[in-house]
Amino acid sequence: MTFATGDRVRAKSVDPSHHTRLPAYARGVVGTVVRFQGTHRLPDDVIRGISSPEEMVYAVRFAAQDLFGTGDHSVTLSMWQSYLERP
Amino acid sequence: MSGDHSDAPIAARVRHLERLLEERGLVIPGALDETLAAYLNRASPANGARIVARAWTDPDFGARLLADAPAVIAELDLSMRGGLQVQDLQVVANTDREHNVVVCTLCSCYPLALLGPSPTWYKSESYRSRVVREPREVLREFGFELRPEVEIKVWDANAETRYLVVPNRPPGTENLAEEQLAALVTRNGLIGTAPV
Repeated sequence: MTFATGDRVRAKSVDPSHHTRLPAYARGVVGTVVRFQGTHRLPDDVIRGISSPEEMVYAVRFAAQDLFGTGDHSVTLSMWQSYLERP
Repeated sequence: MSGDHSDAPIAARVRHLERLLEERGLVIPGALDETLAAYLNRASPANGARIVARAWTDPDFGARLLADAPAVIAELDLSMRGGLQVQDLQVVANTDREHNVVVCTLCSCYPLALLGPSPTWYKSESYRSRVVREPREVLREFGFELRPEVEIKVWDANAETRYLVVPNRPPGTENLAEEQLAALVTRNGLIGTAPV
């Protein structure tokens, strides 16, 4: 399952004990894919020495209102495929 | 996760490892410092300023830059090379209606090859935690008052992509040559925390 520009996606609501590049402030929040950012290895696996193929990474734009409950700006983050699910 | 790392255990381990490599003849003494110095000599905000001045004077270059920055900056003999791997780059451009500002909330990711070493405030917990939540207020503290109707786009460099901002070209610069324009571009302008 991959995503396309314009798709609505949710950052997974997880709290792993290992290193991750999924910032806590975005977890569980729905945003929109705005750009494809290539394929890269999942840092969560790299740090644990787990061998896994490269994954798609997407720029996902979130409304500040959805992230923080306030603000009229947006925040765009890079999200590995594994960090995302259909809302 | 942040701040000065020179006293951190990892820094001591790296220094120890470097000394062992040198003692055993695997690395020429001073070679690592020379390599770093050579890299840092090339890494300067003057690189980012050249990119911006070209984008201002050549709309076709500017448009292609937004689509595929790594390929387009090669036309200026610039690249994101220098570390262990070539970093990906995305360029974002301000307009009269949109303003872009860059942060790394997880650590201090930064387009070092094009901007030189990052300023201390960029690595501070205060900037990293606040600019995603209240960018307008943070910019105001930098002395940068955006008009209320200007939409702010914050870019969190939390993964493999680094970001560079093309600021708005200042009014009254129509007759300046590309080199003169480049001289106007500041580091903070390239991060999005100051106008040019």
